[in-house]
Amino acid sequence: MGLLSDPNRRRALINLLTRLNAPICVVCYMAGVAWFMGLAFEPFTLRTYMSENAMGSTMVEERFPSGERAVATGREFAAHKKKVSGMPVEWLVKTMQARGLEVYTQRFSRTLPFPDENKERYMVKGTNVYGILRAPRAPRTEALVLSAPCTPGDNNNQAVGLLLGLAQYFRNQIYWAKDIIFLVNDHDLIGMQAWLEGYHHTNTTGMDWSPLQGRGGSIQAALSLELSSDVVTSMDLVLEGLNGQLPNLDLANLFYAFCQKIGVLCTIQGKLQRNDWDSVSGYSHAVQTMMLMVMKQASGRPWGDHGLFLRYHIEAATIKGINSFRQYKTDATTIGRLLEGMYRKLNNLLERLHQSYFFYLMPSLSHFVSIGYYMPAFGLLAVILLLRALDLWVQLATPPPTTEDGIADIEQVRHAHSSSPGVLSVLTPLVISHLTGAALYMLPIRFQEMAVEHFPVSETEAVVLTAIAVYTAGLALPHNTHRLLSGEGTEQGWRVLKLVALLYLAVLLGCTALINFSLGFILALTLVPAAAFVTPHVPKVLSAFVLVILSPACTLLFSVFFFQELQEMPVSFLDGWLLYLSVISQGILDHFLYGSLVYPLIALLVYPCWLLFWNILFWK
Amino acid sequence: MAAHRCCFPVWLFILCSFSLFIIAGSQETTVAPEQHASVLDNPQTAAETAEQTAGESGGVEERRWEGTEVRDAAAQKQAEPAVLQPTPQPKDDFQEELVVRPLHSGDIYASFQFRTLWETDFMRGNKVSHYRLFPKSLGQVISKFSVRELHISFTQGYWRTMQWGQPYLPSPPGAELWVWFQDSVTDVDATWKELTNVLSGIFCASLNFIDSTNTVQPSASFKPLGIGNVTDHRFLRYATLPREIVCTENLTPWKKLLPCGSKAGLAVLLKSEKLFHSSFHSQAVHIRPVCQDWQCKTTSWELRQTLNVVFDLHNSGQGKREWSLFKMFSRTLTEACPLASSSKIYIDITDNPEGEQFELSPATSLLSQAMVLGDRRTFSVYDLTQQDTFGSVRSLNLLIRWKSTEGDMLRPLLHAERYVAGYGLQTGEIHTLMYNHHPYRSFPVLLLDSVPWYLRLYIHTLTVTSKGKDNKPSYIHYQPSKDRVRPHLLEMLVQLPPNSVTEVTVQFERALLKWTEYTPDPNHGFYVGSSVISSLVPSTVAMDTNSTRERPLFSSFFPCKEESSYFVRVYTEPLLVNLPTPDFSMPYNVICLTCTVVAVGYGSLYNLLTRSFQIEEPSPGLAKRIANVIRKMRGFPGTMG
Repeated sequence: MGLLSDPNRRRALINLLTRLNAPICVVCYMAGVAWFMGLAFEPFTLRTYMSENAMGSTMVEERFPSGERAVATGREFAAHKKKVSGMPVEWLVKTMQARGLEVYTQRFSRTLPFPDENKERYMVKGTNVYGILRAPRAPRTEALVLSAPCTPGDNNNQAVGLLLGLAQYFRNQIYWAKDIIFLVNDHDLIGMQAWLEGYHHTNTTGMDWSPLQGRGGSIQAALSLELSSDVVTSMDLVLEGLNGQLPNLDLANLFYAFCQKIGVLCTIQGKLQRNDWDSVSGYSHAVQTMMLMVMKQASGRPWGDHGLFLRYHIEAATIKGINSFRQYKTDATTIGRLLEGMYRKLNNLLERLHQSYFFYLMPSLSHFVSIGYYMPAFGLLAVILLLRALDLWVQLATPPPTTEDGIADIEQVRHAHSSSPGVLSVLTPLVISHLTGAALYMLPIRFQEMAVEHFPVSETEAVVLTAIAVYTAGLALPHNTHRLLSGEGTEQGWRVLKLVALLYLAVLLGCTALINFSLGFILALTLVPAAAFVTPHVPKVLSAFVLVILSPACTLLFSVFFFQELQEMPVSFLDGWLLYLSVISQGILDHFLYGSLVYPLIALLVYPCWLLFWNILFWK
Repeated sequence: MAAHRCCFPVWLFILCSFSLFIIAGSQETTVAPEQHASVLDNPQTAAETAEQTAGESGGVEERRWEGTEVRDAAAQKQAEPAVLQPTPQPKDDFQEELVVRPLHSGDIYASFQFRTLWETDFMRGNKVSHYRLFPKSLGQVISKFSVRELHISFTQGYWRTMQWGQPYLPSPPGAELWVWFQDSVTDVDATWKELTNVLSGIFCASLNFIDSTNTVQPSASFKPLGIGNVTDHRFLRYATLPREIVCTENLTPWKKLLPCGSKAGLAVLLKSEKLFHSSFHSQAVHIRPVCQDWQCKTTSWELRQTLNVVFDLHNSGQGKREWSLFKMFSRTLTEACPLASSSKIYIDITDNPEGEQFELSPATSLLSQAMVLGDRRTFSVYDLTQQDTFGSVRSLNLLIRWKSTEGDMLRPLLHAERYVAGYGLQTGEIHTLMYNHHPYRSFPVLLLDSVPWYLRLYIHTLTVTSKGKDNKPSYIHYQPSKDRVRPHLLEMLVQLPPNSVTEVTVQFERALLKWTEYTPDPNHGFYVGSSVISSLVPSTVAMDTNSTRERPLFSSFFPCKEESSYFVRVYTEPLLVNLPTPDFSMPYNVICLTCTVVAVGYGSLYNLLTRSFQIEEPSPGLAKRIANVIRKMRGFPGTMG
């Protein structure tokens, strides 16, 4: 850094940076996006490999024989489920006991903050049933979990059947070193949340549950099983959990290794692996797969029952059987053998899974991008903010250079500072926009009843529409109140404010990207250009339009359409709008039910930060 | 003969390796197996011992101890059916027994007990050098370390109280050792340290990992079980190693302590390939002083070796609910240990008085009743010292065949469980739940918790609640931990209300260890030993005042005193707690990163901050420059700007 301590060279460098600021920013943005798109290109990514020695070298034999019987058990379960129209608790308890498990139940109830229209539930009451297979001569210190949700309708009965079949088969084996907990959870994620909170005796979301009677020590790993139809053509691995957390990559490796060994078609994001990476279609396939993962991770919601385990430092994944109408069929015995193999290897674990990566993206099941590779893409975007901040800093520090005398110069600077608006002109917009953010966070839930009384809408619609209303109202707020407090807004004023906002955004996005890269990156993609170009001197109407387009809410809207596009289920604008509304309500629900942090992050931090830029645009 | 043997130690070696006994002339020799072991170590002394034995037991009537496999020709000549009579010698005595309890879950519980009583005095400088039935290795330990009482157990698995009821001898998972020293010991800690190392060698276990960080001195939970009224807990040491894995290498030295080894008697059943194919395995050694007779004029030393094992119905490979000695142990019995004064098998048939639950064959008419764990139990007894027990096939293979799966177990009155609550790697909460299933009677329990120092207990968060109300313990003994020196010790006397769950919670913070203190597998987690709950539980017989069982009216009004309560010790499961663990594969990266940050970031910032900047004059005059040079030469730093 001799470079910086030499005033001449420093001046030269700063001159260069300020003179070429705009082109450098543009180049950085392009480079960031290009880098990100390059991540899906196979030669740039690493092949997955098993890092955990305890699971790598030991060979296990899969002998699970009774897939047919498991399917029959599944049918029996379906019949009992239909009979009691819900979770057949008694039947499950009896069946599990007959298989030699220690069986316990847990009751829970939860009233949602507002009705969930997607799943049609409001007051949720349910019972989880779980059976513990006690490992012989193990002191109840470690456990593995296999769960299958009991969903309404005909879904997932096979999964429960297979779970019971596996329980019976596992019970007769001598080699278990960890207890295995077979859990059938009611009301999918809510039941899982209740069970996990009960197991760890925490209460983060204000749910009512009865305490658990039996435990198996610290849970080392968990798999959740979902079989959507009788006919399964391929097995899909779901990794994205709450707040974008991912399980250790070794769990994915384990799944992939056994699929290869047994010869099951395996997919991630519902996409098969392709070998033609050098063709355009092959590359776009990989991009699609990776983008799907990015979108899902950015949403911060658990994409399967496994997602809630991750909070408790339990590596977990959901395995879904999908019927994609291919020729290839996978029967229940094969799926059972797949799970048996995975559990036997997990049983061999001496330590928790920790050897492999926790931060990664997967453009295909056999390739991954580690944090070291994808972070530069975000870094290139974030550096734009710093460059703009530097530019502003220099502009603020060097008023028109009229004198050559150093002392006079310093005095002038001091003068400039004293003439510049004080703390108030920066603080006022900051406070106002954060209050708006707080309103966005609180009002939708608080005012739903009032909204329902006065407008012909349902509770859910009321919440979502209130949220949108508060969001829009934020734009119309009189942002120039600082003038009342500290006089006319000055050139210096908006520069200081923008400097603060830029640094704020940089810190905010940086922290977000560290925890949830996808969310940070998507937000950076839209917010960084907005933050970079905004000044009070650009054409107002056009800029306002661009700024709104680049606001978090519109980012979400585009993401919804983009996600549908990626899933090859494009929607019309109207459907997309409805989907958008339901996504907002789901996001709010996720926060209140499972503690997802995306909604508070957007409402309390990102949106106010964006409002600051909006404020600058209309600076007077 | 003796001289002859001394001359040929090599021959002795061969003898020993074939497990032979020499009977020559009128001189009878009895060699206990542990002497075999010592023979292997030092033939010279062993020969002397054998000599002494021979000298002392000369004149005692003829006894024989049959080798199971190989037989010497010389011995063959004298082979006679074993004559098994109780030794008239009063000095020492050996008994063996096996209790089999069919459990309601279909599993089966087998409990072996071997008891050696010896009327001797290890203390007061009395040099005991002659050993017959009592293992010499343990005798030496007792005398060298002035041990008054020693209890050691090795357990693999967790006793499932709710499925199996109470065990005859409870033990926590892993290894447990508690020792009362004589009050003559001056430096208890040093003696304890040495003792654990010696025991570690004797039992091939990692007892040498017992040090001050896992040793506690309970003030009330572990009272001496033998005679003696010294209860100063300065002489008590208690330690558990929850991580200790028990396997064949621990079983073999344990079996060697038996007078008959595993060659005869009940011990032939102790084959490791079956014992470790079970749901629960626990072996223990208890040494204590007991009264010789009811007047207690003389004391003797009791060595009790116990082995408990539970076989799993489901893992046995067959769907049939059927148990036999052969199926359990892959051996049948052919004889009692010839050195044993009593050798019996008890089958618990309390729940099966008319044979409706299971069928027992061969049938026996011998019945026995005993008060076990507050319940009056009935047992079928098979006396192995009686020849007719073995029947015509000369082998006893007990068979239990279940007839019905009905019937439920009496719920154990006291049971406990423990778990860690919370998430994240900073704090947590230990929950201990104690269940009192007695319908109307409350009883006090003593809870002992020993928590390693790296879980820093916040003792102010300690709460005891039962039935939603605060339950104030009547006695609390808490010794805070010292980092890297000693663990937390928490003892409480809590009254458990009838039919209730009492929950004890205490929060803790996970300490960050020094990097050398982590185990080789830090991501496995760190173990916290079981809590110990000791209690006098109201007996089920006393609970029975409503005469659910047929009893004479005159006997059932007042519950009789000695049956009114019984002692139970319950162990909770150990805990596995994850501590914040650095990524040990990263030191290189960390070093690189830190150095870079320090060198580039901090260095240059510091440089920028401390350097004083001055405006350079375009070109000072010649005179000034010269003046500056002169000043520098004279020692005034800096320039005149």
